[in-house]
Order: sequence, then structure tokens, then C-alpha cells
Amino acid sequence: MVRLGIDVGGTNTDAVLLDGADVLAWAKHPTTADVSSGIVGAVRRVLDQVRIAPGEIGAVMLGTTHFTNAVVQCRNLARIAVLRLGWPATLSIPPLEDWPDDLRDAVAGYLTILPGGHQFDGREISPLDWTALTAAADRIAQEGIHSVAVSAVFSPAVAAHEDAVTRFLHEQLPHLRITRSRDIGRLGLLERENAAALNACLVPLAEETIAAIRSALAALGLEAPLYLSQNDGTLMTAEFAARYPVLTFASGPTNSMRGAAFLSGLHDAIVLDVGGTTTDAGALVHGFPREASFAVSIGGVRTNFRMPDVVSIGLGGGSIVSPDGTRIGPQSVGFRLSEEALVFGGPTLTATDIAVAAGRARLGDPARVARLPRELVQRALATIDQRLSELVDSLKTTAAPVPVVVVGGGSILVPDQLEGASEVIRPPHAAVANAIGAAIAQVSGEIDRIVSLEHQTRERALEAARADACRLAIEAGADPGSVQIVEVEEVPLAYLPSNAVRLRVKAVGDLRED
Amino acid sequence: MPWELDETKLEALAIGAGILGTGGGGNPYYGKLHVRRLLREGRRVRIVSPDEVPDEALVVSVGGMGAPTIGIERIHRGDEPLVALRALEQHLGRPATHLVPGEIGGANALRPMAVGALAGLPVVDGDGMGRAFPELQMDTFAIYGVPATPAALADIYQNVVVFPRLRDAVTLERYARAVTVQMGGAAGFAFPAMSGRELRRVVISYTVTLAVQLGEAILAARRQHTDPIEAALDVTGGRVLFRGKIVDVERRLTAGFARGTVRLEGLAEDRGSQLLIDFQNENLIARRDGEVVAVVPDLICLVDLDTAEPVTTEVVRYGLRVAVLGIPAPAMLRTPEALAVVGPAAFGYADVNYRPLPGTYGGDRIAAHRARL
Repeated sequence: MVRLGIDVGGTNTDAVLLDGADVLAWAKHPTTADVSSGIVGAVRRVLDQVRIAPGEIGAVMLGTTHFTNAVVQCRNLARIAVLRLGWPATLSIPPLEDWPDDLRDAVAGYLTILPGGHQFDGREISPLDWTALTAAADRIAQEGIHSVAVSAVFSPAVAAHEDAVTRFLHEQLPHLRITRSRDIGRLGLLERENAAALNACLVPLAEETIAAIRSALAALGLEAPLYLSQNDGTLMTAEFAARYPVLTFASGPTNSMRGAAFLSGLHDAIVLDVGGTTTDAGALVHGFPREASFAVSIGGVRTNFRMPDVVSIGLGGGSIVSPDGTRIGPQSVGFRLSEEALVFGGPTLTATDIAVAAGRARLGDPARVARLPRELVQRALATIDQRLSELVDSLKTTAAPVPVVVVGGGSILVPDQLEGASEVIRPPHAAVANAIGAAIAQVSGEIDRIVSLEHQTRERALEAARADACRLAIEAGADPGSVQIVEVEEVPLAYLPSNAVRLRVKAVGDLRED
Repeated sequence: MPWELDETKLEALAIGAGILGTGGGGNPYYGKLHVRRLLREGRRVRIVSPDEVPDEALVVSVGGMGAPTIGIERIHRGDEPLVALRALEQHLGRPATHLVPGEIGGANALRPMAVGALAGLPVVDGDGMGRAFPELQMDTFAIYGVPATPAALADIYQNVVVFPRLRDAVTLERYARAVTVQMGGAAGFAFPAMSGRELRRVVISYTVTLAVQLGEAILAARRQHTDPIEAALDVTGGRVLFRGKIVDVERRLTAGFARGTVRLEGLAEDRGSQLLIDFQNENLIARRDGEVVAVVPDLICLVDLDTAEPVTTEVVRYGLRVAVLGIPAPAMLRTPEALAVVGPAAFGYADVNYRPLPGTYGGDRIAAHRARL
């Protein structure tokens, strides 16, 4: 199957055409404010390079940071309602409590805590209060709110109340877009509710954006199913993504790491994605990015959904070098590299100029940096190498050297021998690793629940969790024959004599071809 | 002099309490948000030193018990310990005049502040552990003879269970734990009650100040781009036992406790060495290349190598880079009667001797400094 991978970054939109493992064509185009015209530009350039009719493309996979940027910049966000089910528990911390003021002011339409939710052992905290829910629905209608987040205590374990309230609201107000917290986050009510609320703010924007992308692709003759890549490196359908835009938040670094794994053939490695301003680094474990273990903040909001563990430093191809070569970055000439750097006739000494002067790269006019003092070049190189090797070391799990895969436009900065690296690998097509990572993505299913081991064995509980995770992956579009369990986490609940265990299981499979 | 907990000090307290939790004790974040909301609503939290508490005062320890995982999902209603306190007062026939934290480590450092704000009662600058421990009998109130009962527990529905008389703190621990499960896995508590005179005899002093200073030092270091771990050591009187990466976490559930072992491989000057830490909710024993280097009740704290953010037992995982801090235990935990309850043997390590870390616990240093003034 021929696949079209697209990555919409902050600066560039990249596209690649993949036939199995072969890269047939690739192209870059500046990202546009409306997203879709940049996509059209990049896709046209790719299609122009090969003799493939748009109809032969079996799937289009898209990675985008567009929705993350909307949150960070506090733009195009919808006013929302948050309905929390948990009263009389949870009253000590109301919804959106720890949000940055400007973001809360922009989105908070109606926040309430109503009876509902469950205890850890499955008992109801309180039965649902239909009178209160009717009043809440009236209020939502009065306020003219179109997007709602519903969160219930222990909903990852017991879905009943979030489901019932979602159905009820849909009956009352059929136009509502409703985000259930259990579809997004894990245990940890506040962080899960935050994620659901962020999602609710983005749903209208996501619907518009994805519809625009669809029609742009259709205008190019591309009728293949459209998928978006998620934070964990797996795919979701465009319909699903329009309902759950937050799941794309960290797809950029994830796609570049997945792309690096694919291009290098390595499943356990450290990936450096060197851009113009920063270098993002992450660790690949069994071909997937290692996940962050702490709550992750987006736009100042604590959330708890799947995010890759990425460390960024302010060092890239456009980083400005101090006159003595001891400091490089975090200031950068950014996308103006081709005007600002010495090798391109500009006035600014950048990391790229150092790489060219040292013979690491051939770029621009090397004569323009030939007269830089040797000492300056050596000192700057040493600074670059030290910062990169520290970055690699910070991600390693043992002292043993590991392979380092380098991708991104600034990869010329990275030396062929780096302390702590067993080898430095520069795969072909590294400049479009993001789009390739999107194109090769798989689909997943995950469960996160608390089980009591009083009346069942650990093996049986794990078996049931594995089966449910596989079922979810198949429902998400995975080929049943390819589904594998990739992650099992078991955390006992401390301080309780009931032998309760939190189980988290993730299954991943290849996209079904049909 | 009494002082007030403002938003800035509250922020610092939550960080300090997280570190003093020695891996357990639950996340102070949720308690911080609750207290911050109360402060913004105009309520106040007054902190008084143990010397300022009159002999005849009625001091009650309040807080929450239960599983931290429950606490982050079924967030508190907020007044559970206050409801328990009211029930205890009713049983005693007189009102409490002061509150005292049972432990300064973890979430329970913040709960008394919320109750103090709600009830308008001052909170004593001290606690019963100087850190966090998994069981009730392990506080200095119980160790030094304050009767555990009467005791009260309350749930989110304002259901109250009062234990008028139980034999000892171990019995209360068993009974209270069973009731807590029925209360949904987390409950507010009020016990023990003591006079001001008794409090001074049994409390570990100035630990609220210690936690605030610890948090302030770390925040200042992060702002000034100096080493936050060094800053933490200056305040607590501790040392870095090890810098390394977590390479393995083995967990097992026994009798309701998360027991396990964390294995670290050394970085920088510790490269080539291994550190093993046994935990039972809290970190108990650290062994470097087979040799014991720190033992409970001394504090063994894992913090993020760059930010000094506490790394608790529940988030410990493969790949994290941490510094392991060894902080000397408060003097009141180093006596023979205390070691019988909180020493290695009490946690099942009959073969390990308690060899105290050198130095003085930060709270004790603050107390000594005040005594000289």
C-alpha cells in the first residue's frame, strides 16, 4: 500500500510518499496559517515527482502541532462547560483551578460539581441527580455553550456515569460536542479533567481544520482514509481526531522518533532531532518513544495523558555563537538562517558556520568562514559536542554506549563520534523523519483500571486487561493478526489492605488494509 | 512569634513536604490547591511555635489517611478532618484550641493547614514524624506515650466513627485502616488529643518552618540557576548519598503496603556503582554496592537531579535521573524507644543495625538556633 505522510510543523509542512519501506518522494513547503494550503503545496510537490495517481494512495497520515499551538497561544478556543460528577467528594478543588488565568478566562463558561462518580471498589459515590443535570443542561443552553467536558470520579474504572450523562446531554442538546474524560486521560481526576477540558476547547477548531484538510485533499483527488498521529506514535481516524484533538499534542517529537526508528532500523536508540533553534532528544524503547512519567504541562495546564519523554535544549543550526565560542544559543536566527549566517553572506556567527568552518558540513560559501580563528572554531565545536553528549547522557538508562540516530535540518552540527554514543547514524531522508513517522504509525488500545485481587487471581485480572486492550486496538482499526501487548504496568494501591492493583495495559497493531 | 502561611510560603511548603515524604506520604499538590483556594477566599492560616502553646491548650492532630492513588482520583471534599475534629471535641466535651500535623512529609503536611483555615484554629510549627511513615503508631505522640484514643474518622458523607478507647496505637492503626477502606479508601482523622504541656514533650519542633525553608531554598536556586540540590542539603542538614539513574523498580503488594526495591546505576562520580533502595511506601534502606549507607528512621529522599523535584514511590520508574539524599533523622526518632518502633527491625530488617548518618536534622537545627536567641 502506498502511503502519504504529512507533518505540519510550526515552520514547514513536510510530505512523503512511502511504498512499504521505500521512500518514493518527499517535499517541504512553508506552513500556512490555514494549515490546508501548506498541505496542498507539499503534497503537490510530492505527487509531481512520481508517476502515481492520487487514487493509488491507500492512506493519508497526518501529524500536526496546530492544536497545541492554539492552546499555547490561547487562540481559537471555544468557551466550554465542565461537568464534574463526584459530589460530595472533590469539592476542595473546583474544575480548572490551577489553570493560567488568561486561559481560564478565555474558556470557562460554566463549571459545576454534581452528584455522581464511583468509589475505587465500584460503589456509587452518589446516584446521578437528574434534576440537577436538567438544570445544568438549561444553563449550558442559556450560556450558548457548544462544547462540554464531563468527568466522573473513577471513570477509567467505571464508565457508567460519564456515559449516562453524555447520553442525557445529547438528548437534551443534540448539537453539543461532549468530551468524556475517560476517553483521554488516566487515573488522576484533576489532570484527566484538565485534559478533557482542553480537548473540549479545541473541538470546534479541530472540526473546522480537519474538514478543511479533507476537502483540500479531495480537491487533489485523494480519497483515501485520513488518519492523524497521536502522542504515543499510533494513529487515529480523522473522525476520531476531530473529537479528540488533544491526542495530537505531542505527535511532533513522537513522529520524528518513530521516523528515526524506521529509517535507521533501530528499535532501541536515542534520537536527536536538531532543528534551527532547538534540539529535541528522546529515547526509543522497542521502537516507541519512552513516555514521560510526570504530569505534563501544556500551556500551563497539568494533564496526564500519554506523552513522550522529550528533553529539549536551545541548540540548533541557527544558534548564535558568542565571539569567544564558549556560549552557543539559546538565541537563534531561526528561519532567517539563509540570510543571517556567515556562510550565506549574512552578518551573524551561527552554529552552522562553525560546522562548515570545521568541515563537518559543506553548505553555502565555505570561503566566508575560512578566516575564522582556529581556536574559536575548536572551542565552539567542543561546546557543541559537550552539550550534545550531555543531552544523550541525560536520556540513557545505563552507562553503556547506545546508538544515536540524528534527524532534522540541523543534523550537520552532530559529530560522527559523540561521547556516550556507540555510533552516530544519519539515515537517508532524515530531514523528513517527522512525516515518515506519521506514515508508518500503528494503532493502539489501552486500558487503565483498578482491580481487586480479593476474588480473582492476578493472572486472571491481567489476562482480562490484555484481552480488553487488544479488543480496543482492533476497534481502533488494527489488523487482529498483528496486535501485540507492548506495555504492562502494575502498581499496587498503597495503604489499603484490600489488595487492589492499578493495571495499565497497552496493545499496538498494524493498520488494517481494507 | 506566630506567623501566617501566605501563598508564597504555601508553594514552598508543598515542595518541602514532598521531599520530606521520603518517597511516600502522598502528593501535597492537591492539598496545596485547597489551601490556596481558602486563602484566596480570605481565610487565614496561623502557625505558632510549640513554646507559644499554653499548657492547658487542647491540641489535636488532624489529617487524612488512605491510599494516595485514591487521593488523586477521589479528591477530598475538604472538610473530612474538620468533621472528625468536631466529633472528637463533642466526645471530649471541649473545643480544640490548636492543631498539629501528624507528619510533615507528603500530603498530610497540608491537611492541617486547610482545617486551620476552615476552623480558624492555629497550627503548631511541628509534627509527629519529621518526615512520613506508613503507620499511626510510628509518630512521636504514640512513641512517647500520648494515648491514641479517643480518635475520630470521617468520610465524604460526614459519616463519623469515634473510637472511644482502644488498647494502643497499633490497635487503632488496624481498626482505623479497616474503617478507611469502608469509607472509600480515604478518610479524615482527628487524633490524638493532648495538652499543650504534653505537646511540648512529644512534638518534633519547627518542621513546618523547615519544610517552608526547604521549598524556598529550592525555588530560589531554580530562579538563580544555582544547584537546587545543594540548596536542599544546606537546609535539611543532609548529604547526597548517590547520583544515578533508576534502572529497575520491583514492586510487590503485601498486607496493603507497596513494598519494593529501586535499583540505581551511578552517574558522574558514582559511575560504576549501584545503589539499592528498599521501600515500604517510604524509602527504608539504601545499600551501595552491597554495603548499607542509610537506614530508617534517617530520611532517604529521591529528587530529580536537575530540579530537586521529589520523586515519590509511585512515580519512580526506569530511566529517571535522581539524586538520593540522606538526611539525619530528628533526635526524637533516634532514641532507643523510638528505634523500637521506627528502626530497621520494626520494618522487618532484623539483620540491619541503625547506624545514624552524621549531622543534625534541619528542624533540630532550627530549634537549637532559636534556643540560643
